[in-house]
Amino acid sequence: MAYDKFDTLNSTAVPLPIENVDTDQIIPARFLKATERVGFGDNLFRDWRYNSDDSPKEDFVLNNATYSGKILVGGKNFGSGSSREHAAWAIYDYGFRCVVSSFFADIFRNNCLNIGVLPVQVSPEFLQQIFAAIEADPNSTFTVDLAQQKISIDSTSASEAFDINPYKKDNMTNGFDDIDYLLNIKKEIKNFAQDTPL
Amino acid sequence: MKKTLFDKVWDKHVVQQIDQGPDVLFIDRHMVHEVTSPVAFLGLKNRNIKVIYPERTFATADHNTPTINQHLPVQDPLSAKQLDALEKNATEHGISYWGLGHEKNGIVHVVGPEYGITVPGATIVCGDSHTSTHGAFGAIAFGIGTSEVEMVLSTQCILQPKPKKMRITINGELDKGVTPKDVALFIISQLTTSGATGHFVEYAGDVFKNMSMEGRMTVCNLSIEMGARGGMIAPDEKTFHYIKDREFTPKGAAWDKAMDYWQELYTDEDATFDKEFFFDGAEIEPMITFGTNPGMGMGISKSIPTADAIEGGAATYKKSLDYMGYNEGESMIGKDIDFVFIGSCTNGRIEDFRAFTEIVKGRKKADNVTAWLVPGSHKVEKAIKDEGLLDILQASGFELREPGCSACLAMNDDKVPQGKYAVSTSNRNFEGRQGPGSRTLLASPIMAAAAAVTGKVTDPRTLINS
Ligand code: SF4
Repeated sequence: MAYDKFDTLNSTAVPLPIENVDTDQIIPARFLKATERVGFGDNLFRDWRYNSDDSPKEDFVLNNATYSGKILVGGKNFGSGSSREHAAWAIYDYGFRCVVSSFFADIFRNNCLNIGVLPVQVSPEFLQQIFAAIEADPNSTFTVDLAQQKISIDSTSASEAFDINPYKKDNMTNGFDDIDYLLNIKKEIKNFAQDTPL
Repeated sequence: MKKTLFDKVWDKHVVQQIDQGPDVLFIDRHMVHEVTSPVAFLGLKNRNIKVIYPERTFATADHNTPTINQHLPVQDPLSAKQLDALEKNATEHGISYWGLGHEKNGIVHVVGPEYGITVPGATIVCGDSHTSTHGAFGAIAFGIGTSEVEMVLSTQCILQPKPKKMRITINGELDKGVTPKDVALFIISQLTTSGATGHFVEYAGDVFKNMSMEGRMTVCNLSIEMGARGGMIAPDEKTFHYIKDREFTPKGAAWDKAMDYWQELYTDEDATFDKEFFFDGAEIEPMITFGTNPGMGMGISKSIPTADAIEGGAATYKKSLDYMGYNEGESMIGKDIDFVFIGSCTNGRIEDFRAFTEIVKGRKKADNVTAWLVPGSHKVEKAIKDEGLLDILQASGFELREPGCSACLAMNDDKVPQGKYAVSTSNRNFEGRQGPGSRTLLASPIMAAAAAVTGKVTDPRTLINS
């Protein structure tokens, strides 16, 4: 699925200082029933965001107008649990382009990279600095520079480098997906398939 | 060079190494279900391409299916639409399709091994994280996202950086009442839910050697709950015996050729791992979880740890206990429960139902408990009947439902109500996993059986008929 290219993102951020945010919280299973990829943002964090009568829960951060932006900042071990790409879709569809945490679950990280959400893993200390900056001023902005692989807190100028696989970086920068790549080497794949033992 | 089991299988499947990028990995078998595939098929349609190897692709309906009255039309219109989409897509692309009511229908990770789709040394993927189950046969098996489902449908390949390697060795004897589920929950409680992130795990040692294939599947199934991409166990005689003559396993000369490859599938002596753990099997007790992730588990005789004994995240820990309605330092024994669920790709196989039945035999289901007994497949369901287990279960006041994922993820009507407690043999105790506001205690089939007949959390060892 094609997505928008990613170069530099400058935005305020939404804090979610909770550890082990799992994919069942990001999007509960009962919202996985769609046969098309539309409307998942409405159900992002559904059970933390809405009461059972669909009224918003006041104390949840997405219902708090003070916080907004294209960056979601989560606690350690973000995205654990199921392989549902719907979790990444919901985040993208809601309007986030970047998730920051001190640790990501593997499949979730992969899914994000495949659909155009940049997972930025920072040190626990830097994560605390980000949360502190938002707490001090909810309008604090952050700059995520993919080319430089750097995230900065604009108000303090503190910054930290982050890792990304060069191939994935290239994809993100150009808005390509893996299928484009694989379709180009289809001949090689077919040759390979002839010799497999199984 | 000395290689691990994982290296041997992985290296055999690399079509191309992208410079500074992931490997292009060839996928032998791809399992598809109704929830994570519709958008992938839509992608194929948009690109105007067909499934490259339909004979390597298998579709079954499980996540969204009702577990009663499967012969009637599916009530929920959205579920019905997903099931229709799967059937339509499978037919259009010429893929084996085992829909509702089909004799081979069941949970992907239960039917895969039953029909020999799962074989040693294969690469197996599915859009479900518990694909790790198939690692029990010495396959590299892992869950993928929908974009990746689309990749495999269209090219039979996936782009993956090679994960790191971890080995978990457990020697020693398991105590009475300690099942493969307890071994897995024990490991996760030691490593935490992120302890194996970035790694592929090999399980080694007597405990796994002595385990049945079903038990090995339970252990590999839960690998993902400590963050691992997957888990695997070297194939042995037990493995070969299990798969021989199943519908999709190689036959004749193809079997011999495959055997040549399979015989090599073990970790060379002196091969190295990025991380190694060793545990003593004798130290493992029947396990139960008390919190909202599978790492929050403990031996049944222990008490709920205090927040200061938990590494980091005391606030998250407190929130989790609040959700469960528990306090630090409490024992789990005697806690009230409302539901019991036996089933899922973790513990929905015949051996699990045998174990459950063994405990409830001659006892009665407690009145305060609603029990859902959901076989993992029609084949399991049939075995339950053929072996006479159903008669025993019915005499004890239990009913059997029809196969599916059911309360494992509660996409169908099998939902645990707000605030209620369920002792569940499934794999996740996340908030709301079994229905909004539900509270899940993960445990083995015999712990579930003990809860079902006593109406509360009970040490199953007290009920084992010696
Ligand atoms: S039983 Fe649960 S974990 Fe297994 S395939 Fe179904 S939903 Fe996934």
